Amino acid sequence: MSFLAVEDLVVRHGLLQAVRGVTFGVERGKTLALVGANGAGKTTLLRAIAGAHQPSAGRVLLNGADLTGVPSHRRVGMGIALVPEGRKLFVRMSVEENLLLGRTAGRPGDWSVDKVLEMFPNLKPRRHAKTGHLSGGEQQATAIGRALMSNPDVLLLDEVSLGLSPLIVDRVYVALQGLISSGTTIILVEQDLNRALSVSDKVICMLEGRIVLTADSRSVSRDEVTKAYFGLHKQKAVPA
Amino acid sequence: MSNQIIQGVLLGGYYALIACGLSFMFSVMRIINLAHGSLAVFAAYALWWLASRFHIPPFAGLLIVLPLMAAIGWVLQRFLLERSARGGALLPILTTFGLAIVIDNMLFEQFGADTRSLAPFIGSLSYDSWEWPGSIYVGKLAVIIFITAVALLGGLQLFLSRTGLGRAIRATSEDPDTSGLVGVDARRANAIAATIAMVTVGLAGAFLGMRATFDPYAGAPQLLFAFEAAVIGGAGSLWGTLVGGIVLALAQTLGAQVHPQGFLIGGHAVFLIVLFVRLSVSGFSLRGLLNPPSRSAP
Repeated sequence: MSFLAVEDLVVRHGLLQAVRGVTFGVERGKTLALVGANGAGKTTLLRAIAGAHQPSAGRVLLNGADLTGVPSHRRVGMGIALVPEGRKLFVRMSVEENLLLGRTAGRPGDWSVDKVLEMFPNLKPRRHAKTGHLSGGEQQATAIGRALMSNPDVLLLDEVSLGLSPLIVDRVYVALQGLISSGTTIILVEQDLNRALSVSDKVICMLEGRIVLTADSRSVSRDEVTKAYFGLHKQKAVPA
Repeated sequence: MSNQIIQGVLLGGYYALIACGLSFMFSVMRIINLAHGSLAVFAAYALWWLASRFHIPPFAGLLIVLPLMAAIGWVLQRFLLERSARGGALLPILTTFGLAIVIDNMLFEQFGADTRSLAPFIGSLSYDSWEWPGSIYVGKLAVIIFITAVALLGGLQLFLSRTGLGRAIRATSEDPDTSGLVGVDARRANAIAATIAMVTVGLAGAFLGMRATFDPYAGAPQLLFAFEAAVIGGAGSLWGTLVGGIVLALAQTLGAQVHPQGFLIGGHAVFLIVLFVRLSVSGFSLRGLLNPPSRSAP
């Protein structure tokens, strides 16, 4: 049984059906990369898993427990943490205050402010700075650190490299490799296909709210994923 | 002149106290509570009722009234304000306007139109004063009110900046959706904020009743003073509220020296000047008016 399972999930934004009957699962400790063009429904799917969007049909299961109807703040307490697209930091608060907010759900675990600052040493001198004054890389590190502070079982990462210089992205991915090695279950939305395939165990490509490709990241070719990305791929029946 | 300035500063403490809850509710929940003044008068009546009926002195009565106000804040947020806020920004304003009418008329029906005061129940404190050099008389009650205002604002500032619950309330005020994604229960944070706001309203109502008279319709002018102090200080800024209260009171006190009607006119004039300047800076938007972007703390 998958540690995190999504079953026939449908999410609407008004009249628009952003996610259309999506089903997949992630094993504990594995990393799933979610790729697709803009508007494919990746962010909506991730936010629905985190509880920020309520699905109109389908369900999300964590370790067999149905999360349908569970509000986002309680899902954090159950072990799901989202690093949202655009970071969404509390810009009037300091780095430390943002990190401490991540502990609100009160899940026991090893993560602390000091441990996050060890993972992202560039944040150390900025500990008391308002996050609105940070660079993009520092903001992204704070956003990831804030999610880690809840000691999550499942970490949802939405476009962590968006708007960052390649050098900063490299640093962020070094940190992510550490998390992956530590056994955290990760669902990663990423536009950079090479990075997505290099860090993940499984890749899912979405197009217009549907899954058009599910494959093992190590065996699938970049060309195959690119075709699926642009809707040129003939969908395979791959078990979730 | 120095006497007027001292009296103005002390009166500013009362205005800060009554503006504190209004400013706090706006900064956290984005609700302009038009029932604010009426709720303060309700608290004053509750204390008066306890004092006249059960001989409970007003300061002791606060031990009953403040928890009651806290409970009212929780219930109001959960069952009225939260629901009306889902209908857009205008609906909570109309809702609290209606609530003010209900409270005013309920008090009128229960207590009649007679003016009341808590002064008879606090002994000589209502008129006792210290004489300072230069024939300056400083009222003891006014000093107590000012110290209470500073302590309350300082305590709230510490609570918001140093505690997990305070951080949760600030996070909710900044971005309620994202606060949920980090584990903050925005509904609970808002309800706690409303509870805190109503406790400050209860305190303001107590001091209103001790320093002056009140009647069932005394809420409207209190709301006006609170609103003026909050706007002058920049709603959402706790220390700004104290500054706003002092500036308003100084304008009123100095205005009274110029003309018999100058007390109210002086305050309104300063309010209008600050309002115009703030509107100009904020591009004539209400959100920018009440919540200047330059503020650094709630």
